[in-house]
Amino acid sequence: MTATTTEGTSPLSHLSQEQLDALGRELDAIKDRVFAELGSRDRRYIESMIAMQRRLAVMGRVLLLASRYRPAWVAGTATLSMAKILENMEIGHNVLHGQWDWMNDPQINSSTWDWDTASTAEAWKHSHNYVHHTFTNILGKDKDLGYEIMRIDPRQKWHPVYLLQPIYNLVLAAFFEWGVALHDLDFEAIRTGKKSKAQIKRELAGIREKAKSQIVKDYVAWPLLSGLAMAALDAALEAGRSRGGNGRKRRGLLGRRRRRGLSRVLEAALRGGAGAYRSTASADATANVVRNAWAYAIIFCGHFPDQTYTFSPEEVEDESRGGWYVRQLVGAANIEGSPLFHVASGNLGYQVEHHLFPDMPSTRYAEIAPQVKQVCERYGLPYNSGPFGQQLGMVQRTILRLAFPGGAPRPKPGPYRGESERPA
Amino acid sequence: MAERGAAPQVSPARRRALHAVRAFFSPLLPDDYLELIDPLWSTRELRGRIERIDEETADTVTVLIRPGYEWTGHRPGQYLRIGVVIDGVHHWRAYSLTSEPDRPDGCIGITPKLVDSGKVSPYLVRQARPGDLVRLGGVEGTFVLPEPAPSKLLFISAGSGITPIMSMLRSLHRAEAVRDVAHIHSARTASDVIFADRLREIDEAHSGYRLRLRLTGEEGRIAPSDLDGLCPDWRSRHAFLSGPGEMLDAMSEHWEGEGVAEMLRLERFQPTIGGDPGGGEGGTVRFAKSGLEAECDGATPILVGGEEAGAVLPFGCRMGICHTCVGKLCGGEVRDLRTGEVHGNEGEMIRTCVNAPEGPIEIAL
Repeated sequence: MTATTTEGTSPLSHLSQEQLDALGRELDAIKDRVFAELGSRDRRYIESMIAMQRRLAVMGRVLLLASRYRPAWVAGTATLSMAKILENMEIGHNVLHGQWDWMNDPQINSSTWDWDTASTAEAWKHSHNYVHHTFTNILGKDKDLGYEIMRIDPRQKWHPVYLLQPIYNLVLAAFFEWGVALHDLDFEAIRTGKKSKAQIKRELAGIREKAKSQIVKDYVAWPLLSGLAMAALDAALEAGRSRGGNGRKRRGLLGRRRRRGLSRVLEAALRGGAGAYRSTASADATANVVRNAWAYAIIFCGHFPDQTYTFSPEEVEDESRGGWYVRQLVGAANIEGSPLFHVASGNLGYQVEHHLFPDMPSTRYAEIAPQVKQVCERYGLPYNSGPFGQQLGMVQRTILRLAFPGGAPRPKPGPYRGESERPA
Repeated sequence: MAERGAAPQVSPARRRALHAVRAFFSPLLPDDYLELIDPLWSTRELRGRIERIDEETADTVTVLIRPGYEWTGHRPGQYLRIGVVIDGVHHWRAYSLTSEPDRPDGCIGITPKLVDSGKVSPYLVRQARPGDLVRLGGVEGTFVLPEPAPSKLLFISAGSGITPIMSMLRSLHRAEAVRDVAHIHSARTASDVIFADRLREIDEAHSGYRLRLRLTGEEGRIAPSDLDGLCPDWRSRHAFLSGPGEMLDAMSEHWEGEGVAEMLRLERFQPTIGGDPGGGEGGTVRFAKSGLEAECDGATPILVGGEEAGAVLPFGCRMGICHTCVGKLCGGEVRDLRTGEVHGNEGEMIRTCVNAPEGPIEIAL
């Protein structure tokens, strides 16, 4: 590392208002250039991404009809997990940000899209697009800073309940979608009476509706279909077996042997059906947990690694557009990875670029990253980035440490000085 | 919300079946998966595939479209909103249907003329190919043949203004109802006459049809005073007029002057938007969502001003029909560019494509 600063010095204190304004203009220009050339290529990308995701989902569901066979369970669960990850990250999150609204498409549009998670699109657009992306990393204002249940910044006041945070951290990872759905309700607004009873009621009804259809799909409809298919298969097999054995001594329609045969067939169908139901439900649950844990990991790595800065409300008073850009720049951290990693993480590995331009199509972040780095270099600002393992490790260390009282801000990397001097 | 196609005519059984299996696909619909197989199967919006493109003149083509579901029909003279994707962006425009409502092959036709500065017509005339997908919106328009058709008719058309008249003629032709039709059509030169062959065929097939072709390059534009010579009994005919604004204005004044205004119907292609910057004072528009601000003069719609300032705004027809572009007015007043009327209550939904700010305004877009 070339230089470190402490939390006390603001990363933008060395910039004059004129410099901040110039920086704002430069970043605006990057955005304008990209938006001016959006076209068929971008449309083809999102359309084929959506088509591929839906094909994966169908493939996973079909494989899981036979989920009682181990290889089908493994292949089906993996395929469905991947489909769910793409649906939430590269598609859902980004469409709901309005990244594809420029296409004027009635379906791929933030105003009509809904996603495969417990949050309603409406509530999430408010808590995420508006609250989090506007007040990013401002203590007390950005509700995503610890999600109101965790202490992830030493400036947050300690409370004994945080002793449990290493445990509910894991629970949150596994059930992330439900955590996010509840978080969207904004408990502070409810406590302080900022939300009307009618609004709370409406939002709860929205979550209930969403939760119901999510549960019915994954734990009733598809398991039931797989159960019925396997019950039919087992019944046919059993009937074939008993017909083969009793072929010669057939009696009347309700003969004793015949009756015994029928009950054996029914029993086989029931056993097979129930087993298939259970294995498909377990596969769906696994896919949901995989998706949840992945989303949790990517999102926690976005703002909670050591390199990121947080701000007090006083620090951002009278903030200019340039100041807003800098706060986004230093409040987020990138994750380095392969192109496949970036697609699977919805390009949130480019968290910095995403926070500068939340409504720019995600595929363009990789293209503008070098330009953003250049801006950082010229204005003496950090460009936060690191490999996935390192970033996630830092986040977990912070969660463990800050469960206990005290804790000091972690050292920050200094201004970005180009590729050569980057810490290993 | 972005504009989408009309609701297609789907059989109730199919709708029920799709509804019954919804639970498997939530939060999507079975449609979202079926569209992967064939986009025409969408039960959410009517789509069509381009079947054939025929050149009519050097800059005009007829695009024949096969709708994904049975065509619900239209009245001859009406126009269709059609959506196409150009450079990744959905664009919607209205075109007169030039086909009759009950073509035996189930297809529908539009006949766009190239507008060089346009967006959609260059695509339809120069780039579109058979097999391309289009979205089919609502059928609208009150410039239609009455039912039953009056026995004495007068059609006056100029240039591409012939398109709605063509649907009327074809419909009369198919119904064997061409009894007494006088048709005066103007075009600059003989090669600019859209549907020239078709008109000649109808002329030959029906003794009750009289076509008077006026080549304005040689004979000059038609004036109201020419009418007595061209069609002496014009006052007693149900007249249908379709063409450029000046012609419509001059003719409708003439009909009024002669006291027979009730015999005249006319089709204006484009509502008169803007063109008169002196009309309104204009103002600054603040877009609440993006925080962007745009300056509009008294003739610039909010939508255009916003787009020029870099805002991504919803839009559809850009002529005040489809309500795709609406945004809630948070403060200030606007001027309707079609009527000049100034209006605006807080909370009113404003069509940004046909309204200009009248003083500073804020809109929730």
